[in-house]
Amino acid sequence: MQEELFTSGRNLPHIDPSLEIWHWPISLYLFLGGLAAGLLFFAGLITVLGKEKDYPAAVKYASIISPIALTLGLLALFYDLTHKFYFWRLYTTIRIESPMSWGAWVLLIITPISFLWVFSYYSEIFPKWQLKYENLNKFEKFLKGNRKNMAYALIPLSIILGVYTGILLSAFNARPLWNNAILGPLFLVSGLSTGAATIILLAKTQKEKHLFGKIDLALIVLELGLIVHMLMGMYAGSEVQLEAMQLLVGGEFTMMFFGFVIILGLIAPAILEFLELRGFKIPVAVPAILVLIGGMVLRFVMVEAGQITRYLY
Amino acid sequence: MRYAMVIDTLKCVGCSDCVVACQTENDVPIGYCRDWITETVNGAYPNIELELKSERCNHCENAPCVRCCPTGASHQLDNGIVLVTGDECIGCGACIESCPYDARFQHPDGYVDKCTFCHHRLEKGQLPACVSVCPTKCMYFGDLDNPNSEVSELLKNRKYKTLAPEAGTKPQVYYLI
Ligand code: SF4
Ligand code: SF4
Repeated sequence: MQEELFTSGRNLPHIDPSLEIWHWPISLYLFLGGLAAGLLFFAGLITVLGKEKDYPAAVKYASIISPIALTLGLLALFYDLTHKFYFWRLYTTIRIESPMSWGAWVLLIITPISFLWVFSYYSEIFPKWQLKYENLNKFEKFLKGNRKNMAYALIPLSIILGVYTGILLSAFNARPLWNNAILGPLFLVSGLSTGAATIILLAKTQKEKHLFGKIDLALIVLELGLIVHMLMGMYAGSEVQLEAMQLLVGGEFTMMFFGFVIILGLIAPAILEFLELRGFKIPVAVPAILVLIGGMVLRFVMVEAGQITRYLY
Repeated sequence: MRYAMVIDTLKCVGCSDCVVACQTENDVPIGYCRDWITETVNGAYPNIELELKSERCNHCENAPCVRCCPTGASHQLDNGIVLVTGDECIGCGACIESCPYDARFQHPDGYVDKCTFCHHRLEKGQLPACVSVCPTKCMYFGDLDNPNSEVSELLKNRKYKTLAPEAGTKPQVYYLI
C-alpha cells in the first residue's frame, strides 16, 4: 500500500487559493459570446436562405440582442484583465497557437458587423424614429443592400466564435476537466441552442416559434449526446481525467451539473418543446428560459470546476 | 545552449533559503514567491520516506504558457528560458491556467510574474540567486547542450525525475532521487 501526502505545499495565501483566477466575468462572457454566436448564425442563415420575410424575429428583433451581448461580454472580459490598460497588446500581434488571440480578432470583426446588421434594420425596427441625417439614411440603405454579404460573413464568423468559447478552455492541458476536444462543439451547440431559445422568446408568429422550437429540440438532443460523449471520454481517461469527472459525477458540482444543466436546462425544455410541438398548450417562453438558464449554468460549472482540476505530482 | 537546473532531493533539507534569496533578489512582493518548498511523505507507516523539493517554473521545453499567450508577452529565449514581458502582458491569466505546475502568479501591479532563472544574473556570469545561496549545495545550474557540464554529468550518472512528465511539457528542472 502506498500513501502519499503533502505535509506542506506552499502555504501562500496570495498564490494558491487565487489560482482560481478566472472568475464570474469569464463564465458570463462565454455564455454571452455563445448566445451572440447563435443569434448571428441564425440571422445569417435565414438571410442567406432568403427567408427574412417569414422569420422576422430571427433576422430583426433578436439581432438587437447580439451587439448588446457582445458588448457586455467584452466589458466582462475587460473587467477580469488585471493589466487592463495594455489590452491593446492583443491587437499588435496574431498568435495562431493561442485561442485567446484569434478569439480577440474574431470579436474585433464580428462585433462591428453585429452593430451594422442591426443598423441595416433601423427603420424597420424603429419606424417611428426617423433618422435626421441624410448621410445616416444613405448609410442604412447601403447596409441594407449589403445584407446578404454580411450574412455570408456572419455564418463562418459566428461558428468560429461559438467554437472558440469552448476551445478557449479545452486548449489547457493543465486543467484536465477542460482538456477534451468535445468542449468546442459542445459550447457551439449550446450557444446555438440559447440563440434559438432567444428567438423563440421574441417570435410573434406561430410559424417562427415552431421552426425554432424544432431547431432547439434537435440542438438539445445533440447537446445531450455531446455531454454523454464528454463524460464517457473522461471515464475512459487517465487518472487526472477521472478525478476531473468526479467533480461533475458524484462530487462538488453534481447538483449544479445534473440538476441545473442536464435536467432543468436540457431534458425539461426538450420534453416541454416536444409536447408543445405535439399540440399541447404550453407557453414556449418556459422551455426557452430554461434553456437560457441551463446554458449560463453550464459555463459557470465548467469554468469553476475546471480550475480545481490539476495535475498532482 | 539549453539552460537547466538539477536539484538533489537527497541533499535538500527544506530550509527555504532559496525562497528567501529569490524574494530578496527579485523584489518579489510580500506574500508571493517564485519558488517554494514541498514536503512529500511517501509510503505507509513504518516504511515512510520524506522527500523535500525546491520547486519553481520548469522552463518547459514545450511550454504551454508560451503557446496560449495572446500577446506574445510570454516568450521563450533561445537558451530555453521562459520569460514574461510585463508591459506586453494584459493580465488575462491564460498562462496561469495553462501551467500544470502553478508556477505563475499575478503580480499586484497586474502583470504575470514567475521565476526567470535569474536571467539578469546569468547575463553577468552569476548563478541564479537560489542556486548560489543553497547551504547544502543541492542545486546545480548549467547548459544541457554541453555534454561535459556539471548538470549533464549529474543526469548521466544519477537517477532523476521531472515533475508531471505526463503533462507533455518537457520540464527543464530535474530532481535527483
Ligand atoms: S513551469 Fe509553467 S510557467 Fe514555467 S515554462 Fe512550464 S508551463 Fe510555463
Ligand atoms: S496573462 Fe499576460 S503573459 Fe499570461 S497569457 Fe495573458 S498576456 Fe500572456
